[in-house]
Amino acid sequence: MSLLSITDLKVSFQTRRGEVQAVRGVSLELKKGEILGVVGESGSGKSVTSYALMRLLESNGRITGGALTYDGMDLRSVKESTMRDLRGREISMVFQNPRAALNPIRKVGQQIEDVLRRHAKATRSTAKAEAIKALEAVRINDAEARYNAYPFELSGGMCQRIVIALALACDPRLLIADEPTTGLDITTQKAVMELIADLIAERGMSAMVITHDLGLAAQYCDRIVVMKDGGIVEEGAPGQMFAAPRHAYTRKLVDATPREGTCVRALLPAEQRTPEPDLPKSDTPLLEVRNLTKTYRGKSGPVHAVKGISFTVNKGESVGLVGESGCGKSTTSSILVRLSDPTEGEILFNGEDLALTPAAGFARDPRRAAIQMVFQDATDSFNPRHTARHSISEPLARLTNLSRLDLKARVEELADLVGLPRPLLERFPHQLSGGQKARVGIARAIAVDPQFLILDEPTAALDVSIQALVLNLLVDLRAKLGISYLFVSHDLHVVRLLCDHVIVMKDGEIVEQGPTSKVMETPAHPYTRQLLAAAPKPPVLATSAAE
Amino acid sequence: MTNSGSTPLPAEQQDGAFAHMAYVLRSNPVTLLAFCMFAVLMIAAVLGPSLVPYDPLASNAALALDPPSLAHWFGTDSLGRDVFSRVIVATRLDLAISIAAVALSFLIGSVLGSIAGYWGGWLDSILNRLFDTIMAFPLFVLAMGIVAALGNTVENIVYATAVINIPFYARLVRAEVNIRRDAGFAQAAKLAGNADIRVLALHIFPNALPPMMVQVSLNLGWAILNAAGLSFIGLGVRPPTAEWGIMVAEGANFIVSGEWWLALFPGFALMFAVFTFNLLGDGLRDIVDPRQRS
Amino acid sequence: MAGRLATVGLRITHAIPVILGVVVVSFVLTRALPGDPAVYFAGAAADEESIAQIRTALGLDKPLPEQFLIYAKDVLTGDLGQSISTGQPVLQDLANRLPASLELTLTALLLSCSIAIPLGVLAATRPGSAVDHLCRVLVTAGVSLPTFFTGVVLIYVFYYLLGIAPAPLGRLDFIYLDPDHVTGFYLIDAALAGDLETWLGALKQLVLPATTLALFTLAPLARMTRAAMLGALSSDYIRTARAAGLTEDKVLFTYAFRNALLPVITTLGMVFSFTLGANVLVEKVFAWPGIGSYAVEALVVSDYAAVQGFVLAMALLFVALNLVIDLTYTLIDPRIGFETR
Repeated sequence: MSLLSITDLKVSFQTRRGEVQAVRGVSLELKKGEILGVVGESGSGKSVTSYALMRLLESNGRITGGALTYDGMDLRSVKESTMRDLRGREISMVFQNPRAALNPIRKVGQQIEDVLRRHAKATRSTAKAEAIKALEAVRINDAEARYNAYPFELSGGMCQRIVIALALACDPRLLIADEPTTGLDITTQKAVMELIADLIAERGMSAMVITHDLGLAAQYCDRIVVMKDGGIVEEGAPGQMFAAPRHAYTRKLVDATPREGTCVRALLPAEQRTPEPDLPKSDTPLLEVRNLTKTYRGKSGPVHAVKGISFTVNKGESVGLVGESGCGKSTTSSILVRLSDPTEGEILFNGEDLALTPAAGFARDPRRAAIQMVFQDATDSFNPRHTARHSISEPLARLTNLSRLDLKARVEELADLVGLPRPLLERFPHQLSGGQKARVGIARAIAVDPQFLILDEPTAALDVSIQALVLNLLVDLRAKLGISYLFVSHDLHVVRLLCDHVIVMKDGEIVEQGPTSKVMETPAHPYTRQLLAAAPKPPVLATSAAE
Repeated sequence: MTNSGSTPLPAEQQDGAFAHMAYVLRSNPVTLLAFCMFAVLMIAAVLGPSLVPYDPLASNAALALDPPSLAHWFGTDSLGRDVFSRVIVATRLDLAISIAAVALSFLIGSVLGSIAGYWGGWLDSILNRLFDTIMAFPLFVLAMGIVAALGNTVENIVYATAVINIPFYARLVRAEVNIRRDAGFAQAAKLAGNADIRVLALHIFPNALPPMMVQVSLNLGWAILNAAGLSFIGLGVRPPTAEWGIMVAEGANFIVSGEWWLALFPGFALMFAVFTFNLLGDGLRDIVDPRQRS
Repeated sequence: MAGRLATVGLRITHAIPVILGVVVVSFVLTRALPGDPAVYFAGAAADEESIAQIRTALGLDKPLPEQFLIYAKDVLTGDLGQSISTGQPVLQDLANRLPASLELTLTALLLSCSIAIPLGVLAATRPGSAVDHLCRVLVTAGVSLPTFFTGVVLIYVFYYLLGIAPAPLGRLDFIYLDPDHVTGFYLIDAALAGDLETWLGALKQLVLPATTLALFTLAPLARMTRAAMLGALSSDYIRTARAAGLTEDKVLFTYAFRNALLPVITTLGMVFSFTLGANVLVEKVFAWPGIGSYAVEALVVSDYAAVQGFVLAMALLFVALNLVIDLTYTLIDPRIGFETR
């Protein structure tokens, strides 16, 4: 008996360039008590499907065909007032970016009360008690005190709990979770997903989990549908989907999802895999960081962002720097790349202490070219008024003495090196895709032949299939150019694939460091174990690992 | 960020600035109209004095207070001067005052705002205090005070109007520079070997220009109103110079006895100019930032 | 709650450096500019001897810092100098005329808020509708209106052509007696006295100038309300509220409107600034006996003590209004006082 059935749903949006079909004939069934994962990369129409189901499309979007049946009711034809009764009482939603999903100037308890009273689950006199009960249900400690909090006073994970409490306050039978953990730290992610899974099981609800992360869906869902370009390409149980994906696109997604026991080449579709390159290794230290400390003056006393860390990066080596937000990894990379000054400590680069040259003057230092960086947000890291060619040639023009002609040739050589088609060099950042921007960013960073490259979450904003390509490019470049990497990331699977050595940071301190395999397989510190436990665990593919 | 809101990513990312501008003009004829109105104003300002049928200062007692006719399209004033000629000739002075004032505040505001936004610290605090103090006055009243203290001349109107506009530019530039100070592309520019001043001048500031142009356009309208208001209460421009504010002031004395043309025509000219700049500003905003479309 | 009170206290102390700045600027305007201030203060008809007298009286022969201290002490004790034209202390003149200006300004603001805010909300909730288009036309046309010109046109239409408005000559036609002075606001004083005829007479005089001023402030308010409301309606928390099935009224008013109110309140500060400035022009057009027309009359006869007193008074009034706005904001927005600057 299915609770929800969607038949041949079509949704289109009215845009400047005419009508754009976002969903092209999606059909799916959701049984009572089932958790369905809807997986797809950006633009696949997965979220639009759920908004259409709730009849919450933006004003330029409309359902152009198909049927939506919930518990025998035709959702397309019911009156708006009926629909409003259903929302929150029968079907609820949990959103991405929980902080923004809550009214910033209303107490969270009152926001839950609003929903309870709207659906007559509480009266004026019982509302507060019921709201506190709803907060307790999502395992918030000291719910009574939290009732009076405003969203800005709470952490992202806590806000997501509130949003879940709000969604589940009226005991709906169907929960739609739209990227519920995107943007949250990895340990918080796990806690939130487990909370959702437990509550659904406890209450015998059905759920639809929309995510870009196939691994996450595989871990928590009973069944998965994979969407691409507004349609469903494959449907099945997670184990079966990982073991024997039927559709080429699913196979590509499965391959590209980083997981235990795979290697970086295995992320690529089988036909694109080339042999793993030989990576240079040496025991000569390139960068030695000693007792690096950074203390800011905050509003309420000093903030110790980095508390005296020490580590070494050898020539040609790739070192992973792992930690959750606020652990000091960004501060560290900003100091190492000489964009800010440490409070204390030495940065020995080829034996010379870079910390002696203030960051403000480092732009004209002869060693500037030796240390470069690939930035996290590909959009934000390009001057919107410069073409790709201009961006790549900027460091060449400032730091080398190439003639105009040589410079042009060098930029084209770099484009070839990173696999960027030459005609794209004339485009502006907003005319490039995420993957193309990542390539331009890498080309710019390696333009002046640096010895040391800091990669600040270079693939965090990319779809997995693009991430696979970029990670392989980075491995190839390292083999070809012998650059040392400091790879800053929150994703342990990715670090495992790319790094020889890994450093785990927490609260400004290094809690553990060592060879990647040792740290990953026999973690010594409880925090490392916690991080490893929190990473989504897609089923391991026997076939892939063997290859 | 995998942005999976309920709107699909439209293909509009593909087109360039020019196509966007063409799109805005096509879908928004009002902006096109604004550009045409602006052209009319510029023609009147540049060629006006050589086009008008009468000398704007020549009085003729015999023709005093004649209503509009074929010979005098906008009628004549109490001294028999041709109102049409005076309205057209005044364009140059009114535009010159406001453009000079806005240019001055644009320059000073940009420099101060960039410094405050990029380096922050005590300099930022001091500048902030200074702008707070200027903004603590009702702006027109401060302009009155400045002109009264400096002396009653046209230049002083320009200075006064510039002073009260500086905080707007400085605050805008400060905000625009500040949000980009730590942007990836500014950091990348430093890694490429640019010193701070180059990063600020060549990478960050040009990106603040689009919103500034919108502000300039809207401000020009406001500066015209401000200057005309000052001359309306007898500050700055003095009779018999042709200027819209004074002409409305002189005409106001005759409105209660029904000679409407004296005040109405210069008033309409004033409105036309301000309206043009406001429309232009809105249109520029659409071109610069489609999300803010109003 | 204690935190909130502390924030309120902090806001009030924030006004102190601003007031100090205002006093410094007004000192600079009166004393420190090129030219001989004694000549200004003596007025147009002064001779050598009276200028010399003024110079000693004002302490202009002393060094600047000392002059500033004297000036600050004078301001603190309410001594803004003597007006040449009225022969009265400037402070007393201003106090006498202030109620007239306030009555006009506040009526105009009340009028424009009560039209602009509903209009902006309606326009935002029905994008593309007739209300939306009306709002846009009104907004663009409204900011282009020179107040003094609007006033002149209204007089021509309603006084000269239609004859339904009284002559634009002050607060009350001479056939009525001024109501007993209680608040200085004629509408309130007449109502207190129970004198309906005078009340109506005062209202008739007030309608045109208040409308003129209101038309001027309508545009920025409606524009901001519409933009803020549109912004609030497209935010994530509205989507959450809708997905929870809340009624449209609840979504619009409790969720969207309260959030939209915050930027509108901030805009009010700017609107006050414009209104107080435009007030001067409107008072001149309608011969309204407020402090604006007092300053204009003083300008004509080069009565500088009066002009500078007026500038200072207006600035202090504006600082006070801004403080009220800040405090209102603090009370509505829980985030104030926690965020880092």
